[in-house]
Amino acid sequence: MPDLFTVIDDWLVSLLTGWGASGLILDIILSLIGSLVVVGYLLTLALFIIWFERKVVARIQDRIGPNRVGPWGLFQNVADVLKLMTKEIVIPSGADLIPFLLAPVIATATVLMLWAVLPFTRNAIGTDVSIGVLYLAAVSSLGFMSILMAGWSSNNKYALLGAFRAVAMLVSYEVPLILMLLIPVLLTGSMRINAIVEAQSIWYVFSMPLAALIFYIANHAEVARSPFDLLEAESEIVAGYHIEYSGMAFATFYLAEFLHAFTISALTATLFLGGWRGPFVDQVPTLGIVYFFIKSFAVYFVNVWARGTLPRLRIDQIMDFCWKLLVPVSLLLLVLTVIADKTALQFFSGYSVGGTAIEMLPRSAVLFGVNLLVAGIAVVSLAQQGRRDREADLYPETAVD
Amino acid sequence: MKDWTFIVILSIVAMATPLAPILIGRLIGPRKGNELKNATYECGVETRGDTWVQFKVQYYIFALVFLVFDVEVVFLYPWAVAYNRLPLFGVLAGVVFVITLAEALIYTIRKDALRWI
Repeated sequence: MPDLFTVIDDWLVSLLTGWGASGLILDIILSLIGSLVVVGYLLTLALFIIWFERKVVARIQDRIGPNRVGPWGLFQNVADVLKLMTKEIVIPSGADLIPFLLAPVIATATVLMLWAVLPFTRNAIGTDVSIGVLYLAAVSSLGFMSILMAGWSSNNKYALLGAFRAVAMLVSYEVPLILMLLIPVLLTGSMRINAIVEAQSIWYVFSMPLAALIFYIANHAEVARSPFDLLEAESEIVAGYHIEYSGMAFATFYLAEFLHAFTISALTATLFLGGWRGPFVDQVPTLGIVYFFIKSFAVYFVNVWARGTLPRLRIDQIMDFCWKLLVPVSLLLLVLTVIADKTALQFFSGYSVGGTAIEMLPRSAVLFGVNLLVAGIAVVSLAQQGRRDREADLYPETAVD
Repeated sequence: MKDWTFIVILSIVAMATPLAPILIGRLIGPRKGNELKNATYECGVETRGDTWVQFKVQYYIFALVFLVFDVEVVFLYPWAVAYNRLPLFGVLAGVVFVITLAEALIYTIRKDALRWI
């Protein structure tokens, strides 16, 4: 059975060629239709995920959540957007106008651009570039610029302090993120996103659980939501970098945050949970989109769950957690993984680096063992460090420092 | 070439998408600014001094360490793509590269340069 998306694509190509389009013009028209579909669907999705998040967080806090506008409050966000549209966009005196208005645009645009390389099914992918993972890394780090622009151009001290802090944190968490982004590339031997999905006959979350966890935590910090939400601190810097934003300019930042949260869930689902892979996906390729969304929403639920239940951390704790735990552990994991994998390949005959789930089983077992070992080392060294810290607190005079 | 057409077009559409509601908001929203409303928000206290000042050197240390790691990891990507075809020796060369980097990280941590004050 052919993929629904291939059918639509073929039909569009034949229709447009019939109208006389060819070459670059055809590419541009097709890309334009594709982009409009992707962006339109993301904006519709944003309304839904904001509603979803508000409902879930409300349940966690023993409330009901939005339930007035539309069935189960589904149209609450439509009403909110309409309200915000009629509000004034206040431009504070002394603000740098162009960066001030450009910052929310860049924040949203970078998130939307990430979807260019994410596959919904085997064929429904914006563009399967050969450096897909590098593209993801590059575009996701563009987002910092919008925060710094917003903080700097607002001419507000709270905004500037909030932006400094936020960028310091985001830049730090970029390091474990990019290191762990290396793991799927390493195991697949390609930076093409579809190749990474196709290589996961055993999902990478099973063979590399620690890598998936670090990738997820670093991504969670990139969105800067609780427990990493030091952008906002009511008592110190009020709302952080978007303190001076109002009306639609604020709504755009808000949209970017929620879309980013869903995008990182989709990224985790694609790179570590097998993306569109699932039963019968070879016979009915269109099913891939269902699996993709089930996995993305599963990860997104965990994201909302963490946001709703965990208390926030101080900035020094956040930075220590990144530089003194996540980065060393990712480096150790990377080194031990490649050494164990190559050694096993040399000494075991049944060791395969690709193929079906059965053929991949020995490799997954070895990698899983490496992950357990690294996790064990991390836990033991953390426990020892904790004991040393407590003893230094209890007996300050005998502490050797 | 065909691959990158989509990315160019998508980035244009992605820039236009958030720009449109902001422009609509500017058009249909009220524009009645006054001196008090446009004043810098500081919980009711009038702002003093210049906002755009030099910032702490601490941020530079984090930026430098980040730069070292980020550039280094970009060098690791080609190595990772070729990984399945590399002999053990080639992989060990990459490992030595990573260990050199880890050494720098350990040095920075031992120097207490990464403590947030």
